[in-house]
Amino acid sequence: MLLEQLINGITLGSIYAIVALGFTLVFGVLGIINMAHGEIFMFGAFVGVMVTSTLGWPIWMAFLAAIIVTAILGYMLERFALRPLRGKKGVSHLAPLISTIGVSILLENLSHHLFGAGNHPFKNAFAEIHFTIGSITIYVVQIVIFVISVVLMMALSYWLSKTRAGKALRATAENLDTASILGVNTRQIITLTVVMASAMGGIAGILVGMAFNSVNPQMGLSMGLKGLAIIILGGMGNVKGAMAGGLILGLAETLIVAYGDSGYRDAIAFLAIIVILLIRPQGLFGQKTSEGRP
Amino acid sequence: MKVLKVSGIETFYGKIQALKGVSLEVEQGKIVTILGANGAGKTTTMKTIAGLIKPKTGTIEFLGENVTGLRPDQLVKKGISLVPEGRAILSGMTVMENLDMGAYQRKDKEVEKDLEDVLKRFPILKERKNQLGGTLSGGQQQMLAIARALLARPKLLLLDEPSMGLAPLIVAEIFKIIKEIKDAGTTVLVVEQNAKQALKIADYGYVLETGKVIIHGKAKDLLEDPRIVEAYLGRKSEK
Repeated sequence: MLLEQLINGITLGSIYAIVALGFTLVFGVLGIINMAHGEIFMFGAFVGVMVTSTLGWPIWMAFLAAIIVTAILGYMLERFALRPLRGKKGVSHLAPLISTIGVSILLENLSHHLFGAGNHPFKNAFAEIHFTIGSITIYVVQIVIFVISVVLMMALSYWLSKTRAGKALRATAENLDTASILGVNTRQIITLTVVMASAMGGIAGILVGMAFNSVNPQMGLSMGLKGLAIIILGGMGNVKGAMAGGLILGLAETLIVAYGDSGYRDAIAFLAIIVILLIRPQGLFGQKTSEGRP
Repeated sequence: MKVLKVSGIETFYGKIQALKGVSLEVEQGKIVTILGANGAGKTTTMKTIAGLIKPKTGTIEFLGENVTGLRPDQLVKKGISLVPEGRAILSGMTVMENLDMGAYQRKDKEVEKDLEDVLKRFPILKERKNQLGGTLSGGQQQMLAIARALLARPKLLLLDEPSMGLAPLIVAEIFKIIKEIKDAGTTVLVVEQNAKQALKIADYGYVLETGKVIIHGKAKDLLEDPRIVEAYLGRKSEK
């Protein structure tokens, strides 16, 4: 029983981690919270519904389509909602935050309009396939979700630490001016970051669709808030922190539902985060002194 | 030949005017130094040349081409590298990664060889190549910052207060390195508070005061100029 819950928790947590990575990348480079990330994630999930249910195409096509659509949404977010506000004199530092909130509401309304309110079933050919080891039931879909998440996280870590563009992203995240005098076109890196983060949100959308078999226009908000909580828990802008934080939240939620009162599922997860932050204010992986931009 | 020609640049921070028409020239293969007190506009001049701040008026010519208003990364491509005040080490990246970032725009085959040369020239960096940049001492960070900028193979190297906050022995080492960079054929424009040391290695000097060039001339003449001696080389420099 416990083992089964642990598997459920890890599955959920790995999805949370992917969502949180999108938040943390954008925060690292731009220093802002992208409140539209949850809605971009939700759009990814709906693209999955369209591709698998309406068009009847296989699931890998859903991933491809979701990545393309959410990457385009990310590009438009950066181009029209964030870039015009950047580097202008007299623009409040809260302006980009408000701007992303605006985009998030727009996307939610748009999805109501396009897909209608209420739940949409997410079809997937292997949703019911499972096997039993002893008394434990494991669904194939859980393994698929976990493997995709881990591969994605490993690929991202490798990309950030070993490739030229990945290093440029880290340099930009650490200090925009320093990166630019080393020859990095920081505007390009910022666009790349937002596009990549959004595409990861899209992938997470499909994963959630697969995990819960259900998608609705409101799912973006709660996922967005959880993603935000996770990066605070893990340390703002910290990649490892987002991964660990996601797993912690996923496990905490699942265990609370299994052994406690499921009605308090979300509340208790957030309470746990508050408690952890009281002990470690900078987050699990955060540095004690935040290095602000000069 | 003139590598850099700055003509009448005026730069503002909001409504505050930091540069009130600065003009200067840098000849190929020379070391030119900019002196001045705190707040004279030295760092602003460097940031404007490197493209971090856009001047409101005035032009900047690099190798005869107007480069006013270009972004820093475009200027790196043209051959201008800045080692900023405070060194700007990427503290969360390793020494090696910092050096890699120095050669960010280069795709030629000699990057590897240049990296080896740099590590040979700065053995302390080789020793610590897998350490995070933020763990180095001030002097080591300055060497890393200079080495990193050189890996871009700049035609003009801008150094903003390279000796700031360093022990005298390290300062001497840094000035020696600057001289070597010049001897290797790179033109250097260096901002310094340490006027005496700077003028000793420089060929030409400019003195800034409240956003304007007030004196300029050959370094050896400036060393004997009574105005300079009194304001910058007097008892202050003996400390």
